[in-house]
Amino acid sequence: MSTENAIQAAALDPAATADSQETINAEITDLHAAYRQTVLDGAAVETQPRINFAPYRSSLLRHPTKDLHHTDPETIELYAPAFGERDVHALESDLTIQHNGEPIGERIVVAGRVLDGDGRPVAGQLIEVWQANAAGRYIHKRDQHPAPIDPNFTGVGRAITGPNGEYKFTTIKPAPYPWKNHHNAWRPAHIHFSLFGTDFTQRMITQMYFPGDPLFSLDPIYQAITDADARDRLVATYDHSITSHEWATGYNWDIVLTGSNQTWMEDEEGEN
Amino acid sequence: MTTSSNTTAPALKLTPTPGQTIGPFYGYALPFEKGGELVNQAHLSAVRLHGVITDGNGAPIPDALLEIWQADEHGNVVSRDGSLVRDGYTFTGFGRVPVDNVGHYTFTTVNPGATEADKAPFIMLTVFARGLLNRLFTRIYLPEDTEALANDPLLASLDEDRRSTLIATREEDGSLLFNISLQGQDETVFLSYPRES
Repeated sequence: MSTENAIQAAALDPAATADSQETINAEITDLHAAYRQTVLDGAAVETQPRINFAPYRSSLLRHPTKDLHHTDPETIELYAPAFGERDVHALESDLTIQHNGEPIGERIVVAGRVLDGDGRPVAGQLIEVWQANAAGRYIHKRDQHPAPIDPNFTGVGRAITGPNGEYKFTTIKPAPYPWKNHHNAWRPAHIHFSLFGTDFTQRMITQMYFPGDPLFSLDPIYQAITDADARDRLVATYDHSITSHEWATGYNWDIVLTGSNQTWMEDEEGEN
Repeated sequence: MTTSSNTTAPALKLTPTPGQTIGPFYGYALPFEKGGELVNQAHLSAVRLHGVITDGNGAPIPDALLEIWQADEHGNVVSRDGSLVRDGYTFTGFGRVPVDNVGHYTFTTVNPGATEADKAPFIMLTVFARGLLNRLFTRIYLPEDTEALANDPLLASLDEDRRSTLIATREEDGSLLFNISLQGQDETVFLSYPRES
């Protein structure tokens, strides 16, 4: 506990961004080792990130300290907002055609399916993505990284999933970029994904990563997922069947939301 | 819904994908025009829902994104598209706003009706922010139906000081004030649901 307090005190100091990568690595290593020990001792495997993960300094004052309060969903929580063609144009899934010219970078296609925890496709639902450009720069007033903005790339896309939960985005492979968590901190290349299910309790925002990124072990946001198998679920797979001849390389990434409570709770109602 | 907490949710077949923080750079991706206007301000039943989101030091969080999902004023759960391209007339039940530079948010909506007789009406709220590694869920209860509030299973399971973090304050002009505290003494109660893992 005293170590945790010391870490917290250090992190609240504005000079904390001078922490070295080695300091961050050591904290991650300790937290992961402690997690693996709890699993050996019989604790459940973790499938989500810790919301309290000190190596990610911004999390220190922004995570609830009290346990999430378990509750059974009520009516509104068993449904989700509806989206459709009215909301999203089919061309919004191609991030390379939003301007007058072709964006710079490696053209890629990212395709996969959105499923729920029962393996059922999440059909006709909204999926949103955003990302840095091929130089690691976002279009955003708060991104001051001195890498070039691409006038032909905003890095924003939307789609409505198909009848089997399928989606497909055409885009440019994003680059890693520096941030201020600690000295010489770099995020692995990633695409942000925002997802809805059939119940609003399935709402999720996450990040998709690319296979073999050398920055994985150094990144406290990715490593806030303490379980190695769970971390792997955020990494897309290179898929040559998605790659198209003389056009774009392809990646596959399937997303699994939590379980719907609609069906089983309604069934139970019927039995009562 | 009469389901009680001693019923067992069926196990999941697949392991859910982990969440990650929304980060700071969602500005061109997620906010949309009239995102906070579930109804037009001129709507006869329009109500302002607003508040401030703060961190463990009590400092406002200037880069959070909030979403609400609610029934209409008669307690109907609607299933209508058009949230992202508002026509100004269709109530979709969904809203999304980024907070401003001082952590303040505003939705223009209606008081949700009770979805079932004698139930306490509430608005579902989801919180995203840089520094927040996964989304948080909570409920915004309306303050008026004190009997329904007293009988609400979630509220009844909380201590008084924690319970009050989930009940909005009705202001003199009819607005609903609901502040969100991510950490500390007045920390908002955040929720988990069955079938998350």
